[in-house]
Amino acid sequence: MESCNCFEAQGPPDELLMKYQYISDFFIALAYFSIPLELIYFVKKSAVFPYRWVLVQFGAFIVLCGATHLINLWTFTMHSKTVAVVMTSAKVLTAAVSCVTALMLVHIIPDLLSVKTRELFLKNKAAELDREMGLIRTQEETGRHVRMLTHEIRSTLDRHTILKTTLVELGRTLALEECALWMPTRTGLELQLTYTLRQQNPVGYTVPIHLPVINQVFSNNRAVKISPNCPVARLRPLAGKYMPGEVVAIRVPLLHLSNFQINDWPELSTRRYALMVLMLPSDSARKWHVHELELVEVVADQVAVALSHAAILEESMRARDLLMEQNVALDLARREAETAIHARNDFLAVMNHEMRTPMHAIIALSSLLQETELTPEQRLMIETILKSSNLLATLINDVLDLSRLEDGSLQLNAATFNLHAVFREVLSLIKPVVSVKKLSITLNLAPDLPVYAVGDEKRLMQTILNVVGNAVKFSKEGSISITAFVAKSESLRDSRTPDFFLVPSDYHFYLRVQVKDSGSGIIPQDIPKLFTKFAQTQSLATRNSGGSGLGLAICKRFVNLMEGHIWIESEGIGKGCTATFIVKLGIPERSNESKLAFVPKAPVNHGQTNFLGLKVLVMDDNGVSRTVTKGLLVHLGCDVTTASSIEECMRVVSHEHKVVFMDVCMPGIDGYELAVHIHEKFTKRQDRPLIVALTGNTNKGTKDNCMRAGMDGLILKPVSVDKMRSVLSELLEHRVLFEVI
Amino acid sequence: MEVGQMQRQWVDYMRSLFMEGFLDDQFLQLQQLQDESNPDFVVEVVSLFYEDSEKLLNDLTKTLDTKGTDFKRVDAHVHQLKGSSSSIGAQRVKNACIAFRNFCEEHNIEECLRCLQQVKQEYCFLKNKLETLFRLEQQIVAAGGSIPMMELSF
Repeated sequence: MESCNCFEAQGPPDELLMKYQYISDFFIALAYFSIPLELIYFVKKSAVFPYRWVLVQFGAFIVLCGATHLINLWTFTMHSKTVAVVMTSAKVLTAAVSCVTALMLVHIIPDLLSVKTRELFLKNKAAELDREMGLIRTQEETGRHVRMLTHEIRSTLDRHTILKTTLVELGRTLALEECALWMPTRTGLELQLTYTLRQQNPVGYTVPIHLPVINQVFSNNRAVKISPNCPVARLRPLAGKYMPGEVVAIRVPLLHLSNFQINDWPELSTRRYALMVLMLPSDSARKWHVHELELVEVVADQVAVALSHAAILEESMRARDLLMEQNVALDLARREAETAIHARNDFLAVMNHEMRTPMHAIIALSSLLQETELTPEQRLMIETILKSSNLLATLINDVLDLSRLEDGSLQLNAATFNLHAVFREVLSLIKPVVSVKKLSITLNLAPDLPVYAVGDEKRLMQTILNVVGNAVKFSKEGSISITAFVAKSESLRDSRTPDFFLVPSDYHFYLRVQVKDSGSGIIPQDIPKLFTKFAQTQSLATRNSGGSGLGLAICKRFVNLMEGHIWIESEGIGKGCTATFIVKLGIPERSNESKLAFVPKAPVNHGQTNFLGLKVLVMDDNGVSRTVTKGLLVHLGCDVTTASSIEECMRVVSHEHKVVFMDVCMPGIDGYELAVHIHEKFTKRQDRPLIVALTGNTNKGTKDNCMRAGMDGLILKPVSVDKMRSVLSELLEHRVLFEVI
Repeated sequence: MEVGQMQRQWVDYMRSLFMEGFLDDQFLQLQQLQDESNPDFVVEVVSLFYEDSEKLLNDLTKTLDTKGTDFKRVDAHVHQLKGSSSSIGAQRVKNACIAFRNFCEEHNIEECLRCLQQVKQEYCFLKNKLETLFRLEQQIVAAGGSIPMMELSF
């Protein structure tokens, strides 16, 4: 083997080169062997590596390369053929594997690259999710804070606690440096610092309400960032060296009860606002975040609601206390009034009887005295006494009447009376005064005014007299006219009585009386006072105040009781006065009332010829009665003898007397005894006179007694002429007559 | 004043006496008994009534004043008075007498005294009224007129 293909060394200078090549090959081989070791070691360590067999391939390639280079070491010197063969085989192998690997790598490297991109993508995604998680957590935290704050605020109804709690909690939640509340003053022109978080007692520090910054906050319903230099935010001296923290202000609506109408919500223009100012700590880099602002807005709304609840509650409590006080006061007043009424009623009850009785006696006896013979001085004195006592009696009656009227215990009498006569009597009563004052008075009764009416005559007369009397009293000159007519509804169309209606009926009519005078008149403002009792108007009081002021009040009451209306009109001072009243009177029924209609009649001849000369005997111990009966019988034409006792009667009676009338209700004298005597005296029937008893008794027993005593008749007193006539004729015809008792 | 007016006055006065209850229709009966044969009947009866009543009232006053009042006697007097007054139609006097009698039966002295006062009062009133009436009548007659007749109608 002399032909080796190895390269021959060129000479001894190439020995150095050979040496270096030798060393390099050695290190290459070493590195090539260690790389797969490292690969294996690290791949084993990592859990995820999808391309293991690529590694194996790569490892083989590297190992073979290393082997090649190792074997190269032996080729530097003379080497045998085996080495050459090994070297060649190694090289061939290496070549094969490296080609395969190269081909492989074409597929693998893009894959590896894409893994890297994916990894980057995932990393980004994870970061994003982290961020969002952070946001959600913050929001949830905010919500929790709001709920907690709301709970704190709404758990009390006391205004101060609400506000204090709000500030404290907000300060705590948001870690504020300062939190302040500005409330509007009463005038509404300024804001006053009412609460702060850090300072305990804020001085009454005010700020005008119409600053632009405040207007800006008030017109926005969200939290507004304001400058820390504006007046509302300059609450503390600047502590930090650098920037003061950001300041936010928000409006807090103050609602009142009066803001709420039934059907619509309060208008914004009438709202009052308070201002809440929140300051972040100075020298921190904190800024207001959106979620913090939202928190502040929500809290502000809640505070507004809580405050309005507290205000409403306060007001209702106050109203309730006021009502209770008023109730107590009213109760007291009512009890006092009741006591007063009781006292007055007792007083009146006593006065009624006690005062009237002596008054009546005085008046009666004085008027009787007047009728007797008196000297002129005495007459004058008596007249004065009479006048004064009449006045006093009238006054007493008026007062008592009025009180009875007010109690409602006065009831009108209803009887038929002559209406025209009432007016004439009033006229005649007032005529003396009228002629003394040289006035003229006229009375006009309408032709259709009924003559008779049903009502309370006395009170009607009192009313008319009072009204006319006033007209006379307050007229110095001129004339007074009284007109009375039946009021129809048409005549009431004027505006004086807008709420008074005439109800026409068959049983009633309305009497309208108008009294016009030309006297001093009344100013229109005084007219309503006229009917109040005891009130005298200025103009009237300066004149002759002869009245107690009760008259018109009483008249009004009477008129009202008669379902009527009374009013006075006057044009003014000096222009006279017209008093008008309307009352309801009944129309008297002709059929079912026994009224006394007096019809003057010509004398009628009652003489009858039947009884002419009939001898009768009248026995009665009462002189008057006897005379009357005698007159009766004489009128009828009888020949009458009288006796006043039984003895006298027995002495006088004879067979000529046809009838004996005896009064049997004489006490002490038994009239029946007389009958017995007469029977004894006249044994024969035709001689005996008829015995008739006259009695006022209506007992059944009387009739029996009479019959038993043998009397022939019984008449009840009073006996009228006609009755006597019919009795006599009956008696003489039938010889017996017992009137039905 | 002429006769017609006086007569009207008289009628009105009579009417008022009746309306006020001083007289009742018995008085009218008396008036009817007055005619040409008996022109002063009413006046006579009334005068008789005055005498009687005054005597009775005096008696009553005396009786009721003494101690140990004899109620029987009082009753008798009052009965008489009642009879007289009803005979002439003095309604109010009669009613007062009726009340008096009731208290008499009860032997109630205070009430009897009060009733006596009442009766006296009524009597005085009536006397006055009747005197006025008769004066009117005299005037009418003197003026040549005649006294109108009154009649009740139902």
